[in-house]
Amino acid sequence: MQSEAKTLGDVAAGVAPAAIENRTGIGRRADSLFGLLTLVSGSLVLIVLGFMVVSTTNTALPIFSSEGLSFVTSSNWNPAAGNYGILAFIYGTLVTSIIALVIAIPVSLGIALYVVEAAPRWVRGPITYAVDLLAAVPSVVYGLWGVFVLLPLFLQPAVALLSEYLGFLPIFAGPASGLSYFGAGVVLAIMVIPIISSLSREVIRTVPDADRYAAYALGATRWEMIRGAVIPRSRAGIVGAVMLGLGRALGETIAVALLVGSATRIDPSVVRPGYSMAAVIANQFQEASGDHIRALVGVGVVLFAITILVNVAARLMVWRMVER
Amino acid sequence: MMGHVPSTGESAAAKVSDINSARPAGRRLWTNRLASAAMVGAVLLAVIPVGLILYYITVKGMAAMSWEFLSEPTPFSFRRAEGGFLNGLIGTGIMVGLATLVSVPLGILAAIYLQEFGRGLLANLIRFFSDVMTGVPSVFVGLFVYTAFVLPFGFGAVMGAAALAIIMLPIVVRTTEEMLKLVPLELQHGSFALGASKFQTIIRVVLPSALPGITTGVLLAVARAAGETAPLILTALGSLKVTTTLVGEPISALPLLIFDGARNPFAAGQERAWAGALELLALVLIFTLLARIVASRSKISS
Repeated sequence: MQSEAKTLGDVAAGVAPAAIENRTGIGRRADSLFGLLTLVSGSLVLIVLGFMVVSTTNTALPIFSSEGLSFVTSSNWNPAAGNYGILAFIYGTLVTSIIALVIAIPVSLGIALYVVEAAPRWVRGPITYAVDLLAAVPSVVYGLWGVFVLLPLFLQPAVALLSEYLGFLPIFAGPASGLSYFGAGVVLAIMVIPIISSLSREVIRTVPDADRYAAYALGATRWEMIRGAVIPRSRAGIVGAVMLGLGRALGETIAVALLVGSATRIDPSVVRPGYSMAAVIANQFQEASGDHIRALVGVGVVLFAITILVNVAARLMVWRMVER
Repeated sequence: MMGHVPSTGESAAAKVSDINSARPAGRRLWTNRLASAAMVGAVLLAVIPVGLILYYITVKGMAAMSWEFLSEPTPFSFRRAEGGFLNGLIGTGIMVGLATLVSVPLGILAAIYLQEFGRGLLANLIRFFSDVMTGVPSVFVGLFVYTAFVLPFGFGAVMGAAALAIIMLPIVVRTTEEMLKLVPLELQHGSFALGASKFQTIIRVVLPSALPGITTGVLLAVARAAGETAPLILTALGSLKVTTTLVGEPISALPLLIFDGARNPFAAGQERAWAGALELLALVLIFTLLARIVASRSKISS
């Protein structure tokens, strides 16, 4: 509350006469005016979202109609020749995001379970704080750090090892490059871990203690308690958290643009360079003009559609979880 | 309930293992130990990057940091060692400032609508799509501002600010609404009982008591906006000059200059990028820290 100490009487003396005076006139009008103002501001969210879809789709429309379905089914992207097929970018966005989730899901769940179920009280705060710090770092800083620190320190040795020992599998076939789907996926994983782990932490906290004691009373070890009591109760919320992390990974731009290797092709090997939808927009926009820009806007529309689907699904899951 | 309820699983597990016949043996015990080790491993895997990022940004950033870096604009060549990111700092300041001026009042009004006036389908739609909007890729927001405003009016600070404002708006709406929910109903009833109108109650009672929480949300939104790069490529474009022109002239921002520095092969440009990353990270962390301080203060006072 406000610091100026008003007694109830002061407040009454200030407010009451004005209110009585206004009961029929200005006060009520001010109320409805204010209500209207807030309604307009609230609707702005919907208006802006609608306007976003219309404006971008409208700009990309010539490309959509000239390319037709081949816009999303062809991987022939050659702006100089007027060919705009974005399948390679869609593929890269999905592959980098999947790599990010494969790494981030176990790590995030491990952190969340440790903090809620296993950690001594004194380390909970610092761990939570450190992980939240990851969420505050801007993506361009991740990109810079990824290119100049993570790439020589970890990514290049990692892809070299993967292609040397697992190179017989098509997904790890060489020649390996640190700037690759894998490199982008690793940095994406670091970026989505704070999202997935903090939401999972909240969800796991909502599991009633009674369930835990019941499992222990049956002689369960801590891990059996987690598997039998905690995971089933929080599964829907965890899936929602993962989907939100996926939404973030799909749309992440700068870090991926710096690490994915910028090669327009569909490569089954994750240790070779590729591209993503968001990255191609960021990398090519400044040199683009005319139809090329319209095509990049079209890439954005497809990306938007995919992330909206993922986000709506995730929100519905989290909402249903909260309602229960 | 029982007199003493153990707060963690630890003590309950200890009690169980006191009874010899019930002690988990063999494989079950080892699975449990393995799971605990995996959890600690997960934490280490996440903490290592935190340490590496803070270490390298600080060390490499400090090596290139100087008064000249803070007070001079970027030179025309990535090869040249002099100069700094003043153009970016001013651009970031202008655009984040403008975006805050627009998105905060609108966001607070929208949250008041959701909490105090709105009910039914429209309010739920707004609430749901504000949530969804926080997940819209920021590069798409940039594309939207490009198609709607940059094409007719050109690149500029206002365009960049518009993109940042759209990114901040749903964050402000949702955090403010959560804070308004926490204001005790008794306070409002007291105000109504004194004859105050809804408008008076919201302005003089509800908003002041939710102010610390709202400030926290705003600070977090500012921190998020200050670090955004992708939407600014499409709206502010970037510039090597220090400019305060709001419309019709490209303007720079710290993230844009860092991105350029990271993409170029010359050491001088890369060193500036590290110093820029330190400057940006410091700004973002200051806002995040302020947000936490305000949040913890509000808990004490309520």
